[in-house]
Amino acid sequence: MDRSKDGGKDLAGLRIAITGGTSGLGLALVREWSAGGALVAFVARTEEGVQRIAGDVPGVAGIVGDVSKKDQIYPIALQVLGRLGGINVLVNNASSLGPVPLAPLGDTACEDLEVALTTNLLGPFRLTKALLGALRASAAEGRGAVVLNVSSDAAVTPYPGWGAYGASKAALHHLSAIWALELQEEGIGVLSLDPGDMDTPLHRLAVPDADASTLLRPEVAARNLTRSIMAELAELATLHRRKREAA
Amino acid sequence: MIAASDPVQRPPGAKLLAVDARGRIRHLPRRQFAALVRRGDAVIANDAATLPASLAGVHGPTHRRIEVRLAQRGSLEPDDVRDFNAIVLGEGDYRVRTEDRPPPPSLAPGDSLQLGPLRATVSYLLGHPRFVALRLHGSPQEIWSGLALHGRPIQYAHVRVPLRLWDVWTSIASVPAAFEPPSAGFALDWLVLDDLRRRGVSFATITHAAGISSTGDAALDALLPLDEPYFISRSTAEAIAQARARGGRIVAVGTTVVRALEAAALDRGLVRAGSGVAKQRIVRDTRLRVVDALLSGTHEPGTTHHALLEAFADDATLLRADRELASHDYRTHEFGDSIFVERRDSAWLRSRPMASAIA
Repeated sequence: MDRSKDGGKDLAGLRIAITGGTSGLGLALVREWSAGGALVAFVARTEEGVQRIAGDVPGVAGIVGDVSKKDQIYPIALQVLGRLGGINVLVNNASSLGPVPLAPLGDTACEDLEVALTTNLLGPFRLTKALLGALRASAAEGRGAVVLNVSSDAAVTPYPGWGAYGASKAALHHLSAIWALELQEEGIGVLSLDPGDMDTPLHRLAVPDADASTLLRPEVAARNLTRSIMAELAELATLHRRKREAA
Repeated sequence: MIAASDPVQRPPGAKLLAVDARGRIRHLPRRQFAALVRRGDAVIANDAATLPASLAGVHGPTHRRIEVRLAQRGSLEPDDVRDFNAIVLGEGDYRVRTEDRPPPPSLAPGDSLQLGPLRATVSYLLGHPRFVALRLHGSPQEIWSGLALHGRPIQYAHVRVPLRLWDVWTSIASVPAAFEPPSAGFALDWLVLDDLRRRGVSFATITHAAGISSTGDAALDALLPLDEPYFISRSTAEAIAQARARGGRIVAVGTTVVRALEAAALDRGLVRAGSGVAKQRIVRDTRLRVVDALLSGTHEPGTTHHALLEAFADDATLLRADRELASHDYRTHEFGDSIFVERRDSAWLRSRPMASAIA
């Protein structure tokens, strides 16, 4: 990956936590931010996957945890804040499709909908809430704080067969919009962005026969999201400066 | 007072006893806290998240069960997690009152301790059989994950159900640095912060490694509070300077904030930004240089927290306050009700340069 020097400087000193960091978009974000000089922590479910990536990307903090489990949220938050010493950016990326293979809602087990909701909605809600004080502290320092919830076009368009996933992402999208308004005065940005259809393990589970050449490479999607996060951080920093000058 | 035994940070009926600078007392619901501060004031809270600092385990040489309560760390640096000073208790857990807990087996330098997934070695004793310096083994990640998976919040017998981290992290909890929760901050939620903002009150935080409140041993308790590292950001130092410049007061949320701000005090009520260690004890004769008012939990006379109040108000006023707390069924301890105390004649003292000599 070829990064310009300026891009590297932009990310230096920022602290980011990424859930679902061992494959697809999450892993691409781990690599992107680590190469850019940020302090990176990532979360994934298996010890083995975490060790693999932590060994592969030097200097990143790998945390074993499952964001869909209520009891694991605070242990994850503790390790994120312990290792990073604070946080500027949280990317809630870990996602569940619900039923695999995808199924019409009539054939969707309640348990599969629950898994989609706990992973895609409750997990991001709980983790964001646990880290909100730390995000507030970063915002007060003027470097900005951003929560990025990874969304999908399925959050706004009703695709048959994507009921569990689409409903959970729609809820996350709306949650993000409300939280963004509520946290405006604190200087914390909350984004909900659709990275586009990517060539990732999740997409292969959903659409096994998709033509990979028509899909975005996760590295490209990661770079696009990074640009959006940096633009939001820059805007928040400007607002913060103006507020201070007015005070 | 009544011991608050449920781990609820903001019970709907939480009460607040307010003592103003002239010693007048009134009672109000704690959710109306923002009504006590004025436009232009700065409210400063401790944003330290609470470590799961209670580690159950086994003393290697004797195979006896112990509980290690981490109590002190040299700095707030993320990777500075190997060396702690700790209180070691014998068998049992929080359900037994700390003062009734058996002592640990005799501890010596080099003793190994197995604390769940964490392994530690006693580095040296700190002048008391229960008080040791210890070193945790492993990488910072192994130590943080060991604490996260095995540690529990330090807890006392008055709270009956086992505490979870979410019970003790305040709404504004940031870097995990406190050994017990900076519980005055339980009064704060996002609605209160919004209320303060609307009233033209600035809000800022410091990070202070709030230490343990009780060891179960009178000789050790006499050493409390231990030296505590803190960090004051530039923006918080600025918020204090701006409040001063516009004639506002500095309102501390919690005794740890008083300790940190007074340790970092400069002239004219300003504070130095940066890291430091609070060593000073704040007592009756301490001249407060920064803090004008304090929101705190309720404390029984005779405790170090109560002694700190004596720096704010005179004995007669505090005696009246204590009586009111008792007669109005206030609840005490970390999940209890609160008290708000304005420093007596603080505005008058500050407006006259000679006042310190007179006081």
